[in-house]
Amino acid sequence: MSMRTPLNRVLGLGSAKAGTEHWWLERVTAIASLPLMVFLVIFVIMHLGSTRAELVASVANPLVAILLALTIISTLWHMRLGLQVVIEDYVHTPAAKFSALLLNSFFTAVLGVAALYAILKMSFGL
Amino acid sequence: MSETRKAGRPLSPHLQIYRGGMTMLLSIVHRATGIALYAGVLLLVWWLTAAATSDAYFDMVQGFFGHWFGQIVLLGFTWSLVHHTLGGIRHLIWDMGWGYELPSVERGAQLTLAGGVIITILLWVIGYGVMS
Repeated sequence: MSMRTPLNRVLGLGSAKAGTEHWWLERVTAIASLPLMVFLVIFVIMHLGSTRAELVASVANPLVAILLALTIISTLWHMRLGLQVVIEDYVHTPAAKFSALLLNSFFTAVLGVAALYAILKMSFGL
Repeated sequence: MSETRKAGRPLSPHLQIYRGGMTMLLSIVHRATGIALYAGVLLLVWWLTAAATSDAYFDMVQGFFGHWFGQIVLLGFTWSLVHHTLGGIRHLIWDMGWGYELPSVERGAQLTLAGGVIITILLWVIGYGVMS
């Protein structure tokens, strides 16, 4: 029995095109985020009462800066993929869906670049 | 032309068909905390960019986080992060092909819910300990 509708066959919509890449990357970034979240929580707790100078001095350490950068990349990537699924589930008007997906990409890209810039600036010296 | 042809495939029943339960609640909360964290990351980036900008700006941001309203937001952020992380581990375990029996699924739901609350409280106790 064919699972395809006639309309589907006419439009040539075979697979979802992107295959399993989205699903897989969601898992890869989830697994990467696990140890990075442990690092982030420890880092934040250690700097709860810190002055700006103390925080900047910590980020000057290359290991800390690299771990922070990885945390930002992994989580932002993960949440972009995650919200994409939410949008695809609930927003069905083509224009609204397209706009929401575009905004999702832009928002995470801007946040990511801003955060990486801040980390590098602190790490290389203000 | 206007006739809708249906494929003979099984259709997934919609929400009102299911009896609400622990697992349904956890599924909804996992997605909700994910969306909350999407906004919450803004706070982390705000904190980092403030630290890279100026003393005055950093003090302003720290002031917001120290304010009772900021503390409530951060508490919600912490719980969302812990809960979503535990829920994520639960999903990864399923991805390995483990724990699909009903008792395991229920047990995982309880552990995730309880663990999220307990670890959040623990982190805040440690946090206030560090502060004082």
